[in-house]
Amino acid sequence: MSSRFLLYLLKRFGMAIFTIFLVIALTFFIMHAIPASPFSAEKALNDATIRALEAKYGFDKPVIVQFFNYLGNLFHLDFGLSTAWVGKTVSELIGDAFGYSATIGLSAAIIALTLGVVLGAFAALTRGRWPDKIIQVVTTALVSMPSFVVATLFLLIFALRLRWFPTMGSQPGGLVLPIISLSLYPMAYTTRLERSAMLDVLGQDYVRTARAKGLPRPKIIYKHALKNALGPVVTYAGPMMAYILTGSMVVENIFAVPGLGRLFVNSMMRTDYMMIMGVTIFLATLIISLNLLSDILYKLLDPRIDLR
Amino acid sequence: MQNNDSYQERSKRFFTLQQTPDLFAPATEEDKAQQVLTKPSVSFFKDAMARLRRNKLAMLCLGIIIVIALVAFIAPIIYPYSYTKQDVTAQYLKPFEYSAKEQAKIAKGENIFPHIMGTDNLGRDYAIRVIYGTRISLMVGFIAAVIVVIIGIIYGSISGYFGGKVDLIMMRIVDIIYSLPDVLIVILLSVAIKDIVSQSKNELVIKLGAGMISIFIVFGLLYWVGMARQVRGQILSIKEQEFVLAARASGAGARRIIFKHLVPNCISVIIITAAMQIPSAIFTESFLSFMGMGVSIPMPSLGSLASDARIGLVSHPFLLIFPALTIFLIVLSFNLLGNGLRDAFDPKLRN
Repeated sequence: MSSRFLLYLLKRFGMAIFTIFLVIALTFFIMHAIPASPFSAEKALNDATIRALEAKYGFDKPVIVQFFNYLGNLFHLDFGLSTAWVGKTVSELIGDAFGYSATIGLSAAIIALTLGVVLGAFAALTRGRWPDKIIQVVTTALVSMPSFVVATLFLLIFALRLRWFPTMGSQPGGLVLPIISLSLYPMAYTTRLERSAMLDVLGQDYVRTARAKGLPRPKIIYKHALKNALGPVVTYAGPMMAYILTGSMVVENIFAVPGLGRLFVNSMMRTDYMMIMGVTIFLATLIISLNLLSDILYKLLDPRIDLR
Repeated sequence: MQNNDSYQERSKRFFTLQQTPDLFAPATEEDKAQQVLTKPSVSFFKDAMARLRRNKLAMLCLGIIIVIALVAFIAPIIYPYSYTKQDVTAQYLKPFEYSAKEQAKIAKGENIFPHIMGTDNLGRDYAIRVIYGTRISLMVGFIAAVIVVIIGIIYGSISGYFGGKVDLIMMRIVDIIYSLPDVLIVILLSVAIKDIVSQSKNELVIKLGAGMISIFIVFGLLYWVGMARQVRGQILSIKEQEFVLAARASGAGARRIIFKHLVPNCISVIIITAAMQIPSAIFTESFLSFMGMGVSIPMPSLGSLASDARIGLVSHPFLLIFPALTIFLIVLSFNLLGNGLRDAFDPKLRN
């Protein structure tokens, strides 16, 4: 690893940390700009009770003090106390829910990337013939369907009508439909990216050279073409995770999966500000870190890219 | 008279050193005709539009979008049902079905307009609700495109034109905004401004609801970064050309150079990026409405209609299929039109 690469890493890390800080500040101050107290949504409480509750949660201090307290607590993963789920910390609730979301998100990402690369490369190799045409039509249709439409249609067809899968995500096999409905859009998008990248690579001189010197076709494809056509897919991996993680909110609600998305929506219904802040910051940090990872991976894969 | 020499004959003698006075005679009508261009000069924009017109699929999609837009904005004026009118006697009617009350009226010889898409759980005519939802989607897409184009062009062109430190700082800001998770911020904002909106006395603000307002705020804050990057890249590659130097030499200021000389040369990038932004804006709006954070009830949106359809999904699948199909058709048309625009305005990219 060159020193230039280290410098690049340092710069990107610094920027990611700054972005995360920005998200925390943004989240905190947006939530604290709300005039209503988090307890005003509850049943009529007298003023003394509200004041006592506010003191317990630290809401009586000046906002700036609260902010630095909150920031300090975040360092040891303390997101504060939930106001809707009494007696639970935000970290506990996130920890309980994250397992489901991580399973769905990772499975959807793996399916989307592998199928997308395979289908995209296949389409490029059969360019203009029927497999390519079919793949193009199907992926064009899939990138025009929002995940919640796909998920609701799947719920109707495969869970309610055909009864192949349970309607509840917590039942065995219940995560299959959420995973598939979340993976379709990124899969189609990856396919299109990979197809055009592959077509680009196949037209390059070194592929022609490889062909001219008599290398077998599979070797050209796997060793020379496919590896070099992965760049755009790797850069898409970060935004894709953002899509999957936010899309998961809706899909989890449709299939009643007790994951992060459902927790988030529930905490919004119950105006649990600490929960909303906690989940937003947690998800944002995850998305920013994954973006950083996919950027660094891209630079590692293609040393020609200048490191600025 | 030598004047009647034809153009060709004279040009044959052009390289001879014999300078006869008739060379300096005024041009005849025939000579002038030679100078007239046989074809009108084709600007890049016209050329691209011609290419677009030849793309049948893109033109079909453009047609679909125009038809949908016309229906969405004209139908509510002439349609006999309103999107809020509830009728307990007409719950869950199938498409083209009449309620008992309406059948009785028909028997008396009255003309009743059919419920083209049936009615929902409160007996509201579904077609008009889908039409209103479509209107919201199209409006969001259009406003997003306008916001993105305005902010993106100004930001990107300033960054690209001035370059150096200005560019570095401005692009760092873009990088940071780019990595902010936009959907999360829309949700957060809509939660935060819900109180403010519900207390507002402005009719438009109430009608739009916290969700829509926060969507537009977030478009203004975050969505333009893609456009800014594209415009900047394009300007970086053309600002060293001679015509910019010429403009500067003749005393044009930065603003004039940017908006008269540089931005018009970015038109293809601007059109392509704006067209690609519309479907993603429509997606975001329907996603939020599905989560119950878009327009405020009773105003329908395609997302909230699809979400409401989950109640009684098995017995009334139409309530899901109509809004789902509409959103699919809109986004598909915009996607394919966007591809067509890209092929037409940037033929190099095509493969």
